[in-house]
Amino acid sequence: MSAPAGPDRGRIDRRSTVNRLSAENVTLAYDQRVIAEQLSVEIPDHSFTVIVGPNACGKSTLLRALSRMLKPSRGRVLLDGQAIQSLPAKQVARTLGLLPQSSIAPDGITVADLVGRGRYPHQGLLRQWSAEDERVVRESMRQTGVAELAERYVDELSGGQRQRVWIAMALAQQTPLLLLDEPTTYLDIQHQIDVLDLCAELHEEQGRTLVAVLHDLNHAARYATHLVALKAGRVVAQGTPGEVVTAELVEEVFHLRCQVIDDPETGTPLVVPAARRARARVPATEAL
Amino acid sequence: MTTEVKADQGPGRRGPRALRTPGGLSVRLDPRALVVVVLLLLAALGAGVALIGTGDYPIPPGDVLRTLLGNGDPGQEFIVNELRLPRVLVGLLVGASLGLGGALFQAVSRNPLGSPDVLGLGQGATAGALVVIVLFSGDADAVTVGALVGGLVTGAAIYLLAWKRGVHGYRLVLVGIGVSAMATAVNGYLMTKADFVDAARALVWMTGTLDGRDWKQVWPLLVLFCVLVPLVLANARGLRMMEMGDDVSHALGVRVERVRMLLMVCAVLLTAAATAAAGPVSFVALTAPQLARRLTRSPGPNLVPSLCMGAALLLVADWASQRLFGDGQLPVGVVTGVLGGVYLLWLLVTERRAGRI
Amino acid sequence: MLVDSVPEQRAEPAPAPPARRAVRAVGLLVSLGVLAVVAVASIAVGAKELSVAQVWHGLFASSGTYGDVVVDERLARTLLGLLAGAALGLAGAVLQALTRNPLADPGLLGINAGASAAVVTAITFFGVTSLSGYVWFAFLGAAAVGALVWFLGGSRGATPVRLALAGTAISAALYGYLQAVMITNGAALAKMRFWTVGSLSSATDSTIEQVLPFLVAGTVLALALARPLNAMEMGDDTARSLGAHLNRTRALSMLAATVLCGAATAACGPIVFVGLMVPHVVRSFTGPDLRWILPYAAVLSPVLLLGSDVIGRVVARPSEVQVGIITAIIGGPVFIFLVRRRRTAQL
Repeated sequence: MSAPAGPDRGRIDRRSTVNRLSAENVTLAYDQRVIAEQLSVEIPDHSFTVIVGPNACGKSTLLRALSRMLKPSRGRVLLDGQAIQSLPAKQVARTLGLLPQSSIAPDGITVADLVGRGRYPHQGLLRQWSAEDERVVRESMRQTGVAELAERYVDELSGGQRQRVWIAMALAQQTPLLLLDEPTTYLDIQHQIDVLDLCAELHEEQGRTLVAVLHDLNHAARYATHLVALKAGRVVAQGTPGEVVTAELVEEVFHLRCQVIDDPETGTPLVVPAARRARARVPATEAL
Repeated sequence: MTTEVKADQGPGRRGPRALRTPGGLSVRLDPRALVVVVLLLLAALGAGVALIGTGDYPIPPGDVLRTLLGNGDPGQEFIVNELRLPRVLVGLLVGASLGLGGALFQAVSRNPLGSPDVLGLGQGATAGALVVIVLFSGDADAVTVGALVGGLVTGAAIYLLAWKRGVHGYRLVLVGIGVSAMATAVNGYLMTKADFVDAARALVWMTGTLDGRDWKQVWPLLVLFCVLVPLVLANARGLRMMEMGDDVSHALGVRVERVRMLLMVCAVLLTAAATAAAGPVSFVALTAPQLARRLTRSPGPNLVPSLCMGAALLLVADWASQRLFGDGQLPVGVVTGVLGGVYLLWLLVTERRAGRI
Repeated sequence: MLVDSVPEQRAEPAPAPPARRAVRAVGLLVSLGVLAVVAVASIAVGAKELSVAQVWHGLFASSGTYGDVVVDERLARTLLGLLAGAALGLAGAVLQALTRNPLADPGLLGINAGASAAVVTAITFFGVTSLSGYVWFAFLGAAAVGALVWFLGGSRGATPVRLALAGTAISAALYGYLQAVMITNGAALAKMRFWTVGSLSSATDSTIEQVLPFLVAGTVLALALARPLNAMEMGDDTARSLGAHLNRTRALSMLAATVLCGAATAACGPIVFVGLMVPHVVRSFTGPDLRWILPYAAVLSPVLLLGSDVIGRVVARPSEVQVGIITAIIGGPVFIFLVRRRRTAQL
């Protein structure tokens, strides 16, 4: 992939004080069930933002709102200063990509074909498969290390490989902003780190803005440049991992007594849960 | 403008090739799908010619072709152009509409069994037709209108009842099954209220038949077909993305609900029109897309191959029913029903292992 | 897609506190009372209206008056409604537990269609005319389709959609066969167009005598399965670790459902949605414990069936609408409501 989203740069400069993606006083609800009220979040440009919080705190819901998958019942999500719902669907899809939790690989589809489908927002009825499309697809597969799998069927791949393929598809979309909803779920530890390293690489080397929902607080602290901690639909804290991940905050948000020490590898905060104590008032698992 | 054909990624690559012009336009074509489409069209046309030649007064295929091209003798011309050609054209259009409608329904519900006949459109259209036959003793035209209204009302009801922050494929299927069960009950009731002659007539209609179809049925079907097919194909790329789930396609910039609603409306119109013209011919909509998919071996909704497969299936089945049982003995729906049974058995053996049903 | 929740129904049925058990027991008695009222109504209502006193006279002091003859005639119909209703409700509850699928219904799963196709075959090709002949064919058809749906719908990981679709597709194929037979055979059409709509109107004492042994056997078997099915509901692995015999429970459950459905269908023709609705409603106030669901379903299903039959006799006087149609018209909307209420992730 070449310079990230060249034509969009101008727009950033014009409004350089404002971040590209933000939620403004949004109320998020499924039918009558309110998940979050009056929630405001800014995604700093060129950051690797990770949203953390206990189950059912509204992490994924917030991500769905940021990616215009869920329409806020009040307030609005702004992309480049405009309400995201009012922008043409394909224009948004060229600026903001999403890797959702639920994705279905069609039967008998090859890796190259699946990654190629990420080019949809750049295509039209008479521009179905340009040389540029082909180049981007090949480049995305190379970056995610699935180039040699190009002709394999997606059903045949392992979980880790499959997640890389889906990330490649999102990359082929060539968006300066990329949202990932729990990209490491169902992967074993080695593949979790593998996927997160890949994300960090995309962030550092290409200056993309990444927003991810992660379950593992230690992963979040290690990889994020910006952390947003949610609890019951409210932002409890945000800032660098060093600022956010403290013993007090972990106890407040997760009801978990712990020590926070320095990660011996990276120096980032590392949460060590307290040994065999009554974990007071662990909230019951509840669905979003 | 010159065109160059370029292989996507070296030789031996499966799947589509891109066709590009220097002006920056490009089209994707899958050579295998193209071959399948051509072969299916040939099969449909062959069956059509054979069908025109079949009957109390057999005509050899050479004469049929000559007559169709306008060089036949007057006697044959009347039989071919006025009596048998319209029936074949109705069969062609009905089969194509059912094949396309089935492919759309299966793609939207993401389920190989989610076809309009399973979802109750056939039962709904039947209810409309039975009301006309049993309660009003209406003529054939009135029955057609009744079936059309029944099918459209059922389609709209299923869509609206399945709507809840968008239409989810599974909800669509289950609601369709519920509506289908209710329509079946209404049909059963009407059948018990009918006198024996009406009941027999209704039964033939319910099975699906091409007997006695003429130019009056051809024109409306043809017009509808010519309007809807381009509309469907223009939205086919969005449908291809929707195979990967609503979230992914949404993220790629597909307006999921809009595309889905548009395609569902087209599918309901196609199916209802086809059912009104020939009765609820079973299993064409269910099997055509699956068979087409197996032949093209490509993911995606395979709309055009399904359309051609539907047409070929229906005409071959009609020809077979005339050949095997004699003219007008058993309606085409019986043959497609048997084919459907065979298909289900095959599905049972192969698909279950893959856990795809 | 919404995040999966832990469905409450998977929770281990905790031993009910005594107070709750008492409430359930009283509820069951009340249900029996309701059933008695509906049964009396079923005898009293019809082309000739009878008073409760007349019904009493006909039942317990029959002296051959006109009223007593009417009571006698409607008694058979009412008894059949009681038996068939209980059978369908139990079969539905067992199937729902077995498939872990709250939308399972003997009608939707194609078991009725299997019985119908077999009965048509019996009438047309084997010249069977008596009910005692049909019953065996109905069983055979019901069992064959039950096995086929189970196999096709994915014996492992059977989702509601898979099972319902497999059942509907097989029903469609079988109805195609029915149509082909009826088109070519006028006698079959004459009989079957009435038989394929479920009805209680043809009930006689001999009908009841013939299906009674099967219904009793099926009922006893179903009630005996409550405990193992409770374990099954929590998933195969959990059930196995609790010491349940999975394959035996499955086979016996299918057998119970097939015997109950087959006998009920043979006697009244196909009736949909009774087996779906009642266990579902029952579950909402008994909780997930099959030891309560099954008896409640056995008592309340006949209430629905007889109630529908009474409605069918009233709405189209002097003729009547068959009970199978009324249950479908009531059941369809209930089914759709249940589908809509569920989260997409649970479908």
